Amino acid sequence: MGFFLRELRIHGRGGQGSVTAAELIAVAAFQGGVYAQAFPAFGVERRGAPVQAFVRFSNEKIRLRSQVYEPDYIIVQDSTLIADINVFAGMKAGGIAIINTEKAGKYSAPEGVSIITIDATKIALEEIGLPITNTALMGAFAAATGEIEFSALENALKERFEGKLATTNIKASQRAYEMIKGGSA
Amino acid sequence: MKEILEGSHAVAEATRLCRPEVIAAYPITPQTHIVEALAQMVADCRLQSEYICVESEFSALSACLGASAAGSRTYSATTSQGLALMFEVCFNVAGMRLPIVMTIANRAMSAPLSIWNDQQDSIALRDSGWIQLYAEDNQEALDLHILAYRVCEDHDILLPAFVCFDGFILTHTYEPVDMPTQEEVDAYLPAFNPYQRLDAKDPISFGMYATPDYYLEFRYENQRAMLRAKDAISKYGALFGEQFGRDYSGLIEGYKLEDAEIALIAMGSICGTIKDAIDEMRADGKKVGLLKIRCYRPFPDEEIASALSHIKTVAVLDKNISLGSKGAVALEVKDALYGSSIDVYDYILGLGGRDIRKKDIKAIVDLAEKGSGDMFYGLREELL
Repeated sequence: MGFFLRELRIHGRGGQGSVTAAELIAVAAFQGGVYAQAFPAFGVERRGAPVQAFVRFSNEKIRLRSQVYEPDYIIVQDSTLIADINVFAGMKAGGIAIINTEKAGKYSAPEGVSIITIDATKIALEEIGLPITNTALMGAFAAATGEIEFSALENALKERFEGKLATTNIKASQRAYEMIKGGSA
Repeated sequence: MKEILEGSHAVAEATRLCRPEVIAAYPITPQTHIVEALAQMVADCRLQSEYICVESEFSALSACLGASAAGSRTYSATTSQGLALMFEVCFNVAGMRLPIVMTIANRAMSAPLSIWNDQQDSIALRDSGWIQLYAEDNQEALDLHILAYRVCEDHDILLPAFVCFDGFILTHTYEPVDMPTQEEVDAYLPAFNPYQRLDAKDPISFGMYATPDYYLEFRYENQRAMLRAKDAISKYGALFGEQFGRDYSGLIEGYKLEDAEIALIAMGSICGTIKDAIDEMRADGKKVGLLKIRCYRPFPDEEIASALSHIKTVAVLDKNISLGSKGAVALEVKDALYGSSIDVYDYILGLGGRDIRKKDIKAIVDLAEKGSGDMFYGLREELL
């Protein structure tokens, strides 16, 4: 396999767990045997303010330290961000955008970008009882991109959360994973 | 064993493996996760250490000073304004020849308030008598803590050290590191054997009053120890390589420098981005290389001059500015190359967390080729 470096940018609002999502996706990718790097766009995070977090995946040691400007993948935790921010900025053709929304809208994504919508808020409310969508979207990311295995994601969630929180987050993640795998999102 | 964790936690684990007997620190962004993790380790009995909660950074380093003088291996961590508040104590620690190791999670200085990264904080303490090591990634940050204790506690050295790693860019980044075992670190780093220590049964004094008849000689001895530290870092860096497989014998490190015509010089995490940019420029036929400065104090002047003897143009990337003069790294590179025909240009960049991309590195190489330098790079002209 030749050299690869792929990049994910997560858009969310403070409190939605975008940084945690980036970290756990990196942990899952590392378990799958690739080099991974996760970091936040270092802001003075406040609940509700737009935030970003990034993940890089490579088969070689990752040296690059700049933020992600030309992502292969994006995750949008809150579709209301799309009105204010060009979440698709710099996306590569062949890229995948995963958007949490009740109802798919018309998006001005660059040509060649696949859009996958999923009602992660509904899944989170039903499985976790809270509108914290990051774990459902991690499941959707695993299914849509194949960048991480679901079993590795499950392990990462078990390491991070305890007891009921682990169980419910894994369920939310798995439900989103299966929806995207089954094409029923 | 390879594992993936946050940079701050990698440094906290490295510190734990060094078995500090006393830790005193005051939390400040972006250093906080390090000292939180250490406090948790002490609470969980994963680390047998006295963790002293203090009310300020001045007290943190003062507590470390006393503990080190009493013969304990001692650790602290800070950044930016916190380091500024330690200013007086930093000089005292170095003058008393106490081998304290302190992590600096590099951050910009106020005002205006910025929590983001540059290297102004540790650079401002360059004259304080502390060894200064800069890490490119979290593996190096972890390793340099273990190396620093080994160097500092050598009886021919007895100096304190900053281990500097870029705030947020490294502290808050998850990436894989190879974490040594306790047995491996114990085999490399023997227990602290103080050269002299405070003992009520055999009283001595540290840092006492020196009249004009004595002070000059104290400073001279301090400088001699700092210069001896070059060899000690090389020796223990090589030993580190033998034991852990990662060689730190060089105070500097070259990347594609042997046949380069243009050399970039930098410290810290920006070196990773530079290496990626160099690979792309090389593919386009540009002979560019990197000289990474891992050890800024003592300054590797002879090493730099010898590594650059074949180079025509040097671009120094400074994440600091000595206001009214130049970037602090460029100043000393110019001194190291005095008398040579090498053109040295300085670029002040990345201050207060301004992101640096591969295209910026390429643009700087273009500027240096045109003979344009000694400037702030990346200014937003519309704000001026």
